[in-house]
Formats: sequence, structure tokens, C-alpha cells
Amino acid sequence: MHFNLPLFPEQASTIAGQVDAFYLFLVLITTFFSLLIALLILFFIIRYRRRPDHEAEQIHGSTLLEIVWTAIPLGITLCIFVWGAVLYYRIENPPTNALEIYGVGKQWMWKFQHPGGQREINTLHVPTGRPVKVTLISQDVIHDFFVPAFRVKQDVLPNRYVYSWFEATKPGSYHLFCSQYCGTNHSAMIGHVIAMKPEDYAEWLASGKAEGSLSSMGEKLFQEFGCTTCHRPDSGARGPNLQGLYGRPVRLSDNRVVVADDNYIRESILNPNAKVVQGFQPIMPTFQGVVSEEGLIQITEYIKHMGTQESEPINNRSTPTQLRDNEVPMIQQELQQGGQPAPSGKKP
Amino acid sequence: MSTATTTITPVMPAKHYLNDNYGIRSWLLTKDHKRIALLYLGSITFFFFMGGLFAALIRLELLTPAGDLFTSDTYNKLFSMHGINMVFFFLVPSIPATLGNFVLPIMLGAKDLAFPKINLLSWYIYIGAAFFSLAVMVSGGVDTGWTFYTPLSSGFLRTHVALMAVGIIFAGFSSIFTGLNFIVTVHRMRAPGLTWGRLPLFVWSNYATSLIMVLATPVLAITLILLAMERTFHIGVFDPRYGGDPVLFQHMFWFYSHPAVYIMILPGMGVISELITCFSRKRVFGYSFVAFSSIAIAVFGFLVWAHHMFVAGISQYSAMVFSLLSMAVAIPSAVKVFNWTATMYKGTVSLETPMLYALGFIGLFTIGGLTGVMLAALGMDVHLHDTYFVIAHFHYVMVGGMVSAYLGGLHFWWPKMTGRMYPEAPAKLAAIITFIGFNLTFFPQFILGYLGMPRRYHAYPEEFQVLNVLSSAGASVLAVAFVLPAIYFLWSLKYGQIAGDNPWKATGLEWQTSSPPPTHNFHEVPVVTAPPYNYGSDQEVTVVH
Repeated sequence: MHFNLPLFPEQASTIAGQVDAFYLFLVLITTFFSLLIALLILFFIIRYRRRPDHEAEQIHGSTLLEIVWTAIPLGITLCIFVWGAVLYYRIENPPTNALEIYGVGKQWMWKFQHPGGQREINTLHVPTGRPVKVTLISQDVIHDFFVPAFRVKQDVLPNRYVYSWFEATKPGSYHLFCSQYCGTNHSAMIGHVIAMKPEDYAEWLASGKAEGSLSSMGEKLFQEFGCTTCHRPDSGARGPNLQGLYGRPVRLSDNRVVVADDNYIRESILNPNAKVVQGFQPIMPTFQGVVSEEGLIQITEYIKHMGTQESEPINNRSTPTQLRDNEVPMIQQELQQGGQPAPSGKKP
Repeated sequence: MSTATTTITPVMPAKHYLNDNYGIRSWLLTKDHKRIALLYLGSITFFFFMGGLFAALIRLELLTPAGDLFTSDTYNKLFSMHGINMVFFFLVPSIPATLGNFVLPIMLGAKDLAFPKINLLSWYIYIGAAFFSLAVMVSGGVDTGWTFYTPLSSGFLRTHVALMAVGIIFAGFSSIFTGLNFIVTVHRMRAPGLTWGRLPLFVWSNYATSLIMVLATPVLAITLILLAMERTFHIGVFDPRYGGDPVLFQHMFWFYSHPAVYIMILPGMGVISELITCFSRKRVFGYSFVAFSSIAIAVFGFLVWAHHMFVAGISQYSAMVFSLLSMAVAIPSAVKVFNWTATMYKGTVSLETPMLYALGFIGLFTIGGLTGVMLAALGMDVHLHDTYFVIAHFHYVMVGGMVSAYLGGLHFWWPKMTGRMYPEAPAKLAAIITFIGFNLTFFPQFILGYLGMPRRYHAYPEEFQVLNVLSSAGASVLAVAFVLPAIYFLWSLKYGQIAGDNPWKATGLEWQTSSPPPTHNFHEVPVVTAPPYNYGSDQEVTVVH
């Protein structure tokens, strides 16, 4: 049994100190009001204890007091709301330069893949001093990626990518918990996040046995499943050209515009007819149950790295597969003005 | 009358609802709200102790970090059945169906509830559903947690999920019937002169509760029916493998279950208003603010459900809206706490057992409520969500708050229900032990939660052990505190002092009739001429026979 009793978990991320400061503020508010009420009660039961020949003085109430004790809590809770919302915004939105790592949760383990192709189970190595964005998906039920020392938590859903990010500040090994009840061995679905100095991390990456980068593994799958048969950069292609697709708006056959993000690409592989690109026939077969979640991540990573398209879409069709570059700002504006929402996932 | 009770030894009325007729049939076919209240009292007490037994086994397992007492599957069933038992078969019916059923019609000066037969039917549905669920538990149980999150519950677990859903759906009908009955009774059966502005606050809070029961419970039924159909026919509403959305389940579940926590706490708040005024000999401070804060809680309670889902994958905008609305629901609760405290100001306060529970309620509910604000704050909830902090918060409101209020109310109205007093000394002792045991059990869980211990963990890392041992030790103290009242209440049925009509010298129509009351509550319809909690004036004027 450990007998030292800490009140805080270790602070090991850039956000941890901010969360602790907010927590302290909230504990202070809670303690203040709890003590205020407790002391008032204590004072009243002593000062106004029942004594013979002592009548209570009847008071009906006071509108002024009611206004005061409605307004003060309202003011305080509004401050709490704003502080909490600002903090949440920071916790939920990863910086754009973050290192991307992929995680798959399943009953009852965590599987991680690094961009270089290194894979690990129930352990996640990350560098310190650099934001890390973990793209997460579940293979079965809802899990939850929770690292107390980093103060981050994110439910990991089946069928949809979600994100968690942190920037570790000091090297060490920290608990990784699944905090969403997920069946029999829920409490055994735990692991460690090992934060290392950047040079140690680089060394660790180099020592790991990888079959190749994620993108190259994705390329292999891309060939294996025959994707190249249709998704070709030439005029005879039956499927849209995927070069430079990632992150760009795409016009669909029903004239909606969606952004080709991870969730869109994943959906288009598993349920190709859900969002068909304008100018193409819904002829693609589903790959549901054929490609594993890891495989989907690898293919997405490959598509991400397919390089930017030439200024003109290469397949020379009357309706372009993707939008031309000069259309992009216009459509982005359209999206912002409450046009069609992005397909799914967290978009602030 | 008021001076007579202090000098002359009170006597039992010759004829009252308990000796009006005898035999098992007279109980099982009764339409008397008072007898139905006692039927409910017996049943929920049984299920409270069942739920308590599961809790005891959970705390026993958590004494050591390793999961060495039960298998993981058994442990998962234990916490699921603890939650299901306590929420659906104890907390939801607790105060409305027992204390509310007994005193609400009498407080209104009515002979009974508006629909006595539906009231009896509600108990039959409850007891049928409860024993059905008990049978499900005995024959294997469920390991879903009381929240039944999909797709785990709909597609992965092999326990009796659909059957348990059926049990809970039926239990829901019993609470809809109770709610319906209360609403109609409050609208239609108030005694002459008993205007809305003169209603006891216990009636106001039960009225607000009834609104939630009637409006929210059907959504739970719909959700659980969809869940059962998803399990059986794979209809594809919640499970992504069949094209469903698992987060949709959480929206639907919490659309009921968040208002449901107000079903559980609002009646408790009503009890506290009665107790604080009586034992301070004071009118309630700011009557209309306390009354309307109940309605405000009921209304806002419908608009905050997604604060259970800040890390579940909802959009950041909706998270902000729900966080803001959740802050709003804290205000009427704060208003109530301030008004109760102010009610004691310049009163003459005496500390009989019901008052001890009431004061315990105010303190513990304040902590429970404020930690709720912490959880509603977005940036904070990310770290605290699904940890023991949430467990501690919930139990501060539900056990520290609701169970305290229930026990306080039970002691307060016990003489009215049975005609006899409970013994004061052991009762005070039990109230104090409850307070100590409760804090010892649940306060360490706040710290555990912030340290990062997730909820529903069968085994846990070693560094959490000290706090878990403290919590388990507290639970054993709490168990003593809950067994004690069961013993002395039973004892008092035979040996308790005769109470008399109004042992607390309280206002309110229920104290104007005999203890126990006659079957039809009043021999003549009472007429109300004074505001509620008319302490300090001659109480004779409140009722003109």
C-alpha cells in the first residue's frame, strides 16, 4: 500500500497546469459556499436555539435578498462557463503542426500506429515538447482514451474518427485508462503513455521494426484491393482521381459540398454509395469487413500523401472530379455561411 | 386543542385507516392512498436494501487493487444491478410514492387521490416490474451499467438486457401513473381556500416532479424499446454495424435520465421545506421563490441532457450550449439553499431527528450541487468525466441529499402514519452516523476521481488503494446507519409512544386530523383561511371545521 496521498495527478502536459488552476478555482468556490452555508447553519442553530418564552420573529422574505442571491450565483456560474469553454476549446482543437499518431481501441486493448509504421499495443511512445494528435477509432464498442497526467479524455467511437491531442512536457510513463465502460475486461484495458525526450523518441522510432511507413503500407493495400483499377489519374478512369484530394472540398452528385477528411474517406471505402462524387456512377463495391481499421488508416494515410494535384484535374471530364483551386475559397465561404455542413466529426 | 396536546397524554383514535378493516384482501385491494403508500414503503425498503447489498459487495471488492473477490463479469453485474435497483426501484418512486402518496392528499384536504384505482394499479405495476427485474437479476442479471450504452448493450453483451429493459419500461408506467394522479389531484381536489399560493412547498415540489414523470418517462420507454428491438431484430438505430449511431442512444437516454435525477431530488427538496419551517417555527423565507424554483428546475432540467456527453463526440458548439444551460439549472437550486438557510434566521430552532437530516441535506446537497457545477464546466469535465468524481457528485446529491430528505421525512411523518413516535435517542444517533458514514464513504471518491480513477473498474492501480479503503470503511458505517432505523421503526410500531394528532405542533392540514388519520382523512372538509407555515400565530385559525 502506498501511503503518500497526493491530491493531484502528475502534471505532464501543457494543458495540465491550466486544468489544475481552473480546478483550484472551482474547489475554492465550492469550499467557500459550502462553508458559508455550514457556518450560517451552525450559527443559527446556536444563536436561535429553542428556549422557553422565546418566540420566533416571522419574516416573509426579501425581494432584494432574492435578487442578490440569484444574481451572484448567476455571475459566478457565467464566469465558470466562460473559463471552462475557453479551456475546452484549447483541449479539443489540436494545433495544425501536431505529430499524427493513430490509435484503434478494441475489447480490451489499445493498438497504436506511428506514421513511420511502428506499431505498439497498450503502450504509446510520444516525444515531449511537441503537440501530438491521436486519431482514434474503435473496432467494436465505445471506449475512452483517458490520460490523467495529460488531463485529456475522449470517447472512442466505432465507425467514426475522433481526435485527442496533448503536448507532453516531461519524460515519464503515465497511465492510459479506458474510462468508458466497455464490457468484461474494461478495467484491464489500460496501458501507458511513455513520453520521451525528442532525441530518445527518434532513437526509439529507429529501433522499432516497421514494415515500412504507414503510407507505404497503405499503398500496398491500395494495389492489393485493386483500387488503382478505377482511381487513376487518366481520362478513362471510372473513379475520381485521388491525388491531392485530402482536405479539399468535393462536390457530390446531389450538389452538396463536403470536405474530404479522414471520416469522408473512410465512409467512401466502407459505404461508397453514401456520398458519390459528381460526375461518377455509384459503381464502387463496399469494402466493409474486408479492410481492417488499421488498414483503413493506412489507406487514408496513403491518400493523404498522394501529393498535390496539378492545377488542372488530370482526368479530363466535363464535370471535374474535384473543385478547381480558384473555387475553393468561394465554397469555403459558402460552407461558413451555413451552407451544407461538413460530413461529420468535430468541426468547430 | 393546541394547549391540550401538551398536558394530556395523547390517545389513539378509536377508528383509523389501519384498523378500518383487516386481512390481506383489505390491503391488496385497498384504494386508500395511505395504505398504498405503506405498500410502497415496504416494497421500496426491500429494494433499497437489495441495492445496498450490491453496493456492499462492490465496496468489498474494491478494498484491494486486484480484482480478487469476484470475476470481472460478476463485478460488472454487481454495479449494474446496484444502479438499476437504486435508480429505478428505489430513488424514482421513493418520496413521491411513499411520503407523497401518504401526505399529499391530506395536505390538500382531500379524501384521496383523484384516481384511487390507478394509484393501486401503479403499485401493482411497480411491484410486478420490480420482481420481474429481480428474477432477471437472480437468473443471471445484466452487466450493462444502469446507463445501457450502445453498441455494448445492443450488440455485444450476452446477458438479459432485453428482459431488464422490459422490467424498467413497466416500472416507468407506474411512475407515469403516480405523476398523473398527483397533477390532477393538485389541480382539482384542493380544499376550499387552499389557493396555489397557500400550497405547502412539498406539494409544489411533487407537482413539479409529476410534470417531469409524465413528460420524460415515455422517452425512456421509447429508448429501451428501440434498444430491445436492436438486440433482437438488428434494426440499426444505435449499432453502426447496422447503420445506426451509438451517440443517438446517449441523447435519448439522457433526455430522460437527466430530468429523472430531478424526479429523484425535487421531492426531497419539498420535504426539506416542511422540516426547516417546522423545526424553526418560522414561515418559509421567500415562499414564491422556493415554489417557483421547483418549476424552474423541472423546466431547465429538460434542456441540459448533453452535459453527460461533452467527451462523447458531440460538436463543440452544442457542448457550449449545454454547458451554459446547465449553469442555469444551478441557480434555482442555489436559491432554495439560501432560502432554507434564511428561514432559520430569528427562528427558534430545535434539533429533533427530522431536523438533523434536513440540516445534513442542506450541507451535502450544497456540496453535491456545486460539484455538479464543476462537472458542467466544459474544460473541467474533460478530466473528470467518467471518473470517481462523478460517482461522488451523484451520491452527494442522491444519498447525501435525497436519502437524507427521505429519512428526515419518514421520521417527520412516521407519527402521522402509525400514530406512534419513533424513539428519539437512537434516531438521533442514526442521523449522526449517517452523516459521518456518508462523508467517509464518498468524500475520498472526489479525490480519487481527480487523481484519475475511472468508474466501473473492477481492478485498479495500487496508488488508489488508501482512498478506496477509506471509502469502504465509510460504507460499513453507512450500512449501520441504515439498518438502525429499520430496527427502531419496527420496534416503535408496538412500543412507540402514542403520538397524538400533532406531535411537532406543525402547521399544514395533515396535522389537523388524527394520527393515524381516518380512512377518509377528515371527518369534515377543512377550510383554509391562512397562508402556509403560519407559525407564530394561533394555529386554530388555519382551519375552520
